[in-house]
Amino acid sequence: MTRTATPSADGETVEKPGSSGIGAGRPGFLWAAPAAVFFGLFAIVPLIMVAVLSFASWDGLSDPEFAGLDNWRRLLDDPVMIKSLWLSVLLTVLGVAVQTPLSILLGVWAAGHQRNRAVLSAIYFVPMLLSVAAVSVLWRAVLDPNLGVPAQATWLFGDGNLFGTQATAIGVLVFVSTWQFTPLHTLIYQGAARAVPQVLYQAAQVDGAGTVRQFFHITLPQLRNSIITSMILMVVGGLTTFDTVLILTQGGPGSDTTISAYYMYQKAFKSFDYGAASTIALLLVLVSTVISLIVVRLSGYDRMRSTMEGL
Amino acid sequence: MRKSRPNYFAGFGSLVWLLVVGLPLYVMLVATFQSRPDYAANGPLSFPEHFTLDNYIDDLNSGFAQYFLNTVIVTVSVVGIVVLLVPPLAYTIVRSRGRATTTVFRLFLLGLAIPSQAVIVPMFFVISEAGLYDNLIGVILPTAAFAMPVCALILTGVMRDITPDLYEAMTMDGASSRRVFFQLVLPLSRSGVSTIVVFSALQAWNGFLFPLVLTQSAETKVITLGLYDFQTEHGVNTPGLLAAVVLSMFPILIVYLFARRALVQGLMGVGGK
Repeated sequence: MTRTATPSADGETVEKPGSSGIGAGRPGFLWAAPAAVFFGLFAIVPLIMVAVLSFASWDGLSDPEFAGLDNWRRLLDDPVMIKSLWLSVLLTVLGVAVQTPLSILLGVWAAGHQRNRAVLSAIYFVPMLLSVAAVSVLWRAVLDPNLGVPAQATWLFGDGNLFGTQATAIGVLVFVSTWQFTPLHTLIYQGAARAVPQVLYQAAQVDGAGTVRQFFHITLPQLRNSIITSMILMVVGGLTTFDTVLILTQGGPGSDTTISAYYMYQKAFKSFDYGAASTIALLLVLVSTVISLIVVRLSGYDRMRSTMEGL
Repeated sequence: MRKSRPNYFAGFGSLVWLLVVGLPLYVMLVATFQSRPDYAANGPLSFPEHFTLDNYIDDLNSGFAQYFLNTVIVTVSVVGIVVLLVPPLAYTIVRSRGRATTTVFRLFLLGLAIPSQAVIVPMFFVISEAGLYDNLIGVILPTAAFAMPVCALILTGVMRDITPDLYEAMTMDGASSRRVFFQLVLPLSRSGVSTIVVFSALQAWNGFLFPLVLTQSAETKVITLGLYDFQTEHGVNTPGLLAAVVLSMFPILIVYLFARRALVQGLMGVGGK
């Protein structure tokens, strides 16, 4: 760390004395290189391999053989595959629809400063302390058809087997994800709600706007960026739900909760059809890329500007 | 200030949610202090008659201590890699005007949309070829890589808020990129760095698919996988299983108790502003 402006091994821009401020002292590409190489090696290279394998037939033992569009054709004719895509979309949409209003309300509520809110918020946070696998195991035990809560409350749960029909099994998956992830989204909204300038509320009060109107006309619009971020997390998380399905329903009853990510896992590591698995994987990437691109465009993340602008 | 009349609707709603969050936690805790026959006989909602710690002791003796250690090793390593690589990356993305940097940033944005499931097949073969199958390093490397895009995004957001004047002032003084990074950028983005620490730690802590596919022996098993195996092998031993769940949350619980502020602030940071 010297004061002299000489080129150094880590590739920073050379600063000639007397050069203008703009462009001087900017880091060179070498600063980003380690992260780029690391990420390329463990994410981009495998992704390219997935794309290649999706056009191959491969059982993992012999060499992969070029199979053209075979995998794609087979999967498009596969009723389980088509169903799994719909299920992925359904689970994601239900997840967003349930969690977004719930966590906005809880977050805005928790942004207040009363004492009981702090205590309740601390308890609400507890599901965050458990891993996805732990939460799934916990709920599997709590909802066990024989030993769990439903067997004690048949007036509410019928025969007590919530894993027995498609509708209830999907309900369980959506509910368990909500239970697990609402604390995270609540926190995001809580942080954002606290950052809303108080002047806006004071002005609204002077104009005689009530709590409900303040919520819809001030709080919600001010939360826009957080809603976008929170939704990206929900969508990508929803499309790739895996642990929850594996532990809670194993894709059942039958294939009624076999979402695409789980079907891909079965194709690869149960039936050793790596070509078909790669095709499903590529499909998942395409879907979530399209969604992320839309959201990134909407939110202006790619325009590299400060969030302080306009303040 | 905002309103004086109590909000009964919010009060009622918050109590309902308390019940939803609290009920399974209650079932979990009381089950772990009962013997298996007691739990089966009394049902999940009853309070334990004969208090016992055997479930916890049995779990710790059946390998969970080792799984713990493995999870901690993975978590610490992933956080280490992310904290070492992402801040310089974010600094370059914010300050560099080069084409290559823009391309890299786009690549990481694309990375946001790559679910780790999608690459599991080639990852399995790459890690096996590299001789890292059933080795914690083989879990650490891909886990760290897949935590990077979100971390890069979070930190870039924070670093963009450092005003250009500050950079200008430092460059006028002839400061090198390295000096700007260590004396200006890092100190001013401390909140962002703690956010990526929390986020990547949670990713590693939650990791399931990579360990499931890339490891197999008890020596390399992480906690999430230990829970899954426990459920598939002794699923009927509910008290033992739930005791394992409680054990698995212990380290994070300790962090929560002693560094609640940092943890909560960190997670709030995931949402930006």
